[in-house]
Amino acid sequence: MSTSAPSAIVCRGLKKHYGDVRAVDGLDLEVRAGECFGLLGPNGAGKTTTIEILEGLTKPDEGDVVVLGRRWGSQERELRERLGVSLQESRLTEKLTVYETLSLFRSFYARGRDPELLLEDLSLEEKRDARVGKLSGGQRQRLAVACALAGDPELLFLDEPTTGLDPQSRLQLWERIAAYKEAGRTVLLTTHYMEEAERLCERVAVVDHGRIIAQGAPADLIAGLGAPHILELATDPAVGADVFKGVRGLRDPRQRDGRWQLAVASLAEAVPALVDALEGAGAKLVSLSTHRATLEDVFIALTGRELRDE
Amino acid sequence: MSERQHPLVALTRTRLLEFVREPEALFWVFMFPVLMALVLGFAFRDRPPDPIPVGVAAGPPAAELSTALSRAGTVKAAVYPDVAAGLEALRTGKIALLVEDRATLVYHFDPTRPDARLARLEVDDAIQRARGRRDASPAAEALVHEKGSRYIDFLVPGILGLNLMGTGIWGIGFSIVNARLKKTLKLMTATPMRHADYLLAQMLSRFVFLVLEVAVILAFGVAVFGVPIRGSLVVLVLLTFLGALCFGGMGLLVASRARTLEAANGLMNLVMVPMWLLSGVFFSSERFPKAVQPLVQALPLTALNNALRAVMLEGRSAAAIAGEAAIVAAWGLASFAAALKIFRWQ
Repeated sequence: MSTSAPSAIVCRGLKKHYGDVRAVDGLDLEVRAGECFGLLGPNGAGKTTTIEILEGLTKPDEGDVVVLGRRWGSQERELRERLGVSLQESRLTEKLTVYETLSLFRSFYARGRDPELLLEDLSLEEKRDARVGKLSGGQRQRLAVACALAGDPELLFLDEPTTGLDPQSRLQLWERIAAYKEAGRTVLLTTHYMEEAERLCERVAVVDHGRIIAQGAPADLIAGLGAPHILELATDPAVGADVFKGVRGLRDPRQRDGRWQLAVASLAEAVPALVDALEGAGAKLVSLSTHRATLEDVFIALTGRELRDE
Repeated sequence: MSERQHPLVALTRTRLLEFVREPEALFWVFMFPVLMALVLGFAFRDRPPDPIPVGVAAGPPAAELSTALSRAGTVKAAVYPDVAAGLEALRTGKIALLVEDRATLVYHFDPTRPDARLARLEVDDAIQRARGRRDASPAAEALVHEKGSRYIDFLVPGILGLNLMGTGIWGIGFSIVNARLKKTLKLMTATPMRHADYLLAQMLSRFVFLVLEVAVILAFGVAVFGVPIRGSLVVLVLLTFLGALCFGGMGLLVASRARTLEAANGLMNLVMVPMWLLSGVFFSSERFPKAVQPLVQALPLTALNNALRAVMLEGRSAAAIAGEAAIVAAWGLASFAAALKIFRWQ
């Protein structure tokens, strides 16, 4: 991998525990300037703790963090002038209007973006004078991102920017983040939506139990599965894993909710052979579906668990 | 391009907007003290003192005694069938004194009750006169009803002080704990905002309301009850600013660590309840024993109330209240400095 681009964020050996819980357990990370980097993992994997350490809001127990060539601890305000941060849970003051909120955040930065332009950037012009308390979830999230952009930052941190949003709002935010990245800025985001990571991020790190278990471009990680398709099936009566042993090109059988999930290199080869094998075992196919492998499948292959606990 | 506001101005403005868009808060700041002064003012309004209830034990002289007492007008006599019933009424506070006539007059009363001691004098005087006592030298009364010495005059400066404390500590404390709970504070610390700006803005926004708050209470006191303002209005206003600064600082300190509204509420009560009782809001702080006076006088609300009364009722100059002002200022500055140091931003 080329490392010619300077690093926006470098951290080594990051550790943080809360009581007995090791939220971050030896995490190394490098985000290059100008890329969108995703921390992907289930809830409780340590994504938020990690991003808040990088934002300088939480002190790590151990480890070294360098953000835009500086370390937290001295001249923090100068560094903060160059960052934009959107937190996962923070709620903006409901009594203020959208414009008032943006003006407030704008006032914190020596240089920044005009609130009127921020309204345009995030399609909030119509809500300019609406109280924050009256906004929909999607509008609030867009406002949170607008606040993070108030200082026209070089580096943008977004913690679960689209969690809980409807598909349309999510799409709007993705477009905005992509546009920001097009302008040559760096984005670090956390998400548990694989689609979000695949669409927005040049590179992702899969985080589980406070550690990075895989890192790379989404396409490379998926290719690493060695099987571009995922096949899901249910039979009557249920069959055991041994049925699939004789079928060429089927890998990693996993059982989930009474259904089998298998990685497949070539559907054209595997499906007829699979149907034969099931017939041979005296089982009827109740349902069969396939999809292209995603980061979710990468996560399942790595951990045996699902990314989303839905 | 719109001009960038100074962060201190933007934060102060934000706080003001939040406040005026909260109708309940407006009620508590402006209407509550006025209602309180109104109720207390009417409860203690100018009128002849109530006759003190006393008892007469039944017996042959009972009719004569109660006639003598009702003629005097300063006490109200009731006849009890026997001494035991009279003593029961005395114990339960229905009467201040019980008279029993058995060769000598016997007065049953509790000497720690001021009205009982007064009743002793009034009752004895009425009976002795009725039975023929003559005064050694004649006496006449010249009555004074001067504004500035009534209870309502004492009360209005106290309510002003109480209100400065209440809105300072509540207003700032709750807004900060709320911002911490909602993680707005955390989000702001992720920006280059100066921490001192945030805390200062909380106090500055208080000053803006202060002007209205003080004006409402004073105007009400002067217009409705004719409470005098004998000293300089400028000194009075500066004093209220100082008070707001002091209690604003204490509000910041109280809210500097609390993570829940319950915890903050408990701390606020811990700070305020002693001052409600000790600092001479409803009655003079001089009433407490000498041993605790140094403590009572060192409390910021005591100092503020004393200074407010000295300026309003006695017309004292700024120099005369410098000591009290220094106490108030010291509490404010120390609280602000401590709050800035130990403040929990997340």
